[in-house]
Amino acid sequence: MPRLVSHPDEIKLVSRRFGMGATNIDRYLELGGYEAVKKCLAQGPEWIVEEMKASGLRGRGGAGFSAGMKWSFVPKQSAKPKYILVNGDESEPGTCKDHLIFLHDPHAVIEGTIIAGLAVGAKMGFIYLRGEYRYLLEIMERAVADAYDRGYLGKNIFGSGNEFQIITQTGAGAYEVGEESALMESLEGKRGVPRIKPPFPAVVGLYGGPTVINNAETIATVPQVITMGAQAYAALGTPRNGGTRLFCISGHVERPGVYELPMGYNLKKMIYEVAGGIRGGRKLKAVVPGGSSTPVLLPEEIDIGMDFDQVGKAGSMLGSGGVVVIDDQTCIVEFALRTISFYAHESCGWCIPCREGTDWLKKSLTRFHAGFGTDADIGNMQYLAENMLGRTFCPLGDAAAMPTIAFLKKFRKEFEDHLNGTPCPFAREGVPQLTVV
Amino acid sequence: MSPTSETMSLFSPALARRFDALVEKYPVKRSALIPMLLYAQDEVGYLSDAVVAEVAQRIGITELEVRNVATYYSMLRFKPAGKFNIQVCTNISCMLRGAYEVYERFQEELGVGPKGVTSDGLFSVEEVECIGACCWAPAIQVNYDFHDDLKPDLVPGILDQYRNPIQDQEKDQEKNA
Repeated sequence: MPRLVSHPDEIKLVSRRFGMGATNIDRYLELGGYEAVKKCLAQGPEWIVEEMKASGLRGRGGAGFSAGMKWSFVPKQSAKPKYILVNGDESEPGTCKDHLIFLHDPHAVIEGTIIAGLAVGAKMGFIYLRGEYRYLLEIMERAVADAYDRGYLGKNIFGSGNEFQIITQTGAGAYEVGEESALMESLEGKRGVPRIKPPFPAVVGLYGGPTVINNAETIATVPQVITMGAQAYAALGTPRNGGTRLFCISGHVERPGVYELPMGYNLKKMIYEVAGGIRGGRKLKAVVPGGSSTPVLLPEEIDIGMDFDQVGKAGSMLGSGGVVVIDDQTCIVEFALRTISFYAHESCGWCIPCREGTDWLKKSLTRFHAGFGTDADIGNMQYLAENMLGRTFCPLGDAAAMPTIAFLKKFRKEFEDHLNGTPCPFAREGVPQLTVV
Repeated sequence: MSPTSETMSLFSPALARRFDALVEKYPVKRSALIPMLLYAQDEVGYLSDAVVAEVAQRIGITELEVRNVATYYSMLRFKPAGKFNIQVCTNISCMLRGAYEVYERFQEELGVGPKGVTSDGLFSVEEVECIGACCWAPAIQVNYDFHDDLKPDLVPGILDQYRNPIQDQEKDQEKNA
């Protein structure tokens, strides 16, 4: 069972019911559950969308797009049915927040999905979890069945005359399916390759109908925004970055865990105070601030507020909230290799710059780390990565290229130290070097 | 669709019923494909030719289309794995906290290499990408069960849990009593 953590600086909204038995529907009701959806039924769709816009809630999957804006793009009239799609395909390395939401508060996901449905006039929602989360799917399935039994889902939800159905399912192991259009392909029973945009999902999405697709954390936040009010929620964060966020702090810290902190919380403080500093009294070498696709930050770059805009200004991205902390005993070349091996494995092969680029980068880095690199490799890897940027249907190509460029630029000396057959200065005894699989 | 006589032998009645429900569940039948493949694999152990044929027939697509989709997803396999498939995450958060040491230990204890299956067919071990347990790293999955905060020394104990499930059931009964 994943360990829960706590820190006085946390503001627990999305995580407020963690560890409180809220998978039980009666317990969820005792803890204020399903009140937000009743408020929404009374207020109507336009009010919901306006509240969401005013809350400053931005997508928690990584792109950081305003949830309210996204909902407002769905056409009011549509010949085809509209759908809500909850993206719980959480697969970005360093990210494990949705895991806890499904485990501890499945009804918050259901409630948020119903509210999204009311807002855009959809009668059906899908909750899609990654295939590895089978035990979490079973928790979600029980919660959905309980909600049907109470009449919170079905033909006449809460006696309001509105219909809303929810279908839950999992994938079967594919990072790429976390991309919104690839997720729709997967739900339609196909290979998870991305679709070209436009048209955007809000207009042509699942089964060709207008579709809202939101990250599971975004959806679980919706009832909180409705309950406390958009203004109060927005005020917790920084301008244009409303509310709180689940930050997954992992790697070389004393107290790794998922902490809910206000948007804009200082990254340095997050590492040294909230997560207890670097493990074993070692020194900090680097931080990956928002999941493995985000460019690495150096110790002197981490005195920044963790919101989309400030991390962007620092040359990286807030991404999915996965803060990976790296100590000074770590080989950055090996770390880069492991990062790129992942993207090479997960590239769906649809776009050539990504399919070939990730594979070349992986091969170059493997050779480089093994002590067979050449001077030209560093420049070649950089050239290759820069030419992948922006040349693919979906962001996976960028997700591999951006961190590569940052590793090469910020740790050039460490790459140079690996040249000319020098063994890796950080090689760990008894642990084999990574090899090409 | 009612189960055919071949289905009865290929899948358990419970799984056949689940399939009947799955093809009715979605606005479009084909949406049931990936869940069906996963549940079939859970029961049969892998996607055998018979499984592919049966799923294709139930959804009304060709076997080629089923294979085309199934080969995309890393959890779906066309060869049997061990009864307990040990999946060691070695991605960055797990690697930083010793995942490769854990992975090595599993291979040593079982006497098999990557993707190897033990001769009794009980265990297989493989390296996998991020499984969404980064804050409790290093983490593994044995089939669908998560094990968090691992160290190489915990490996023998985990294997014993799966080797001696009867003892565990007795413990559960004691707890419930």
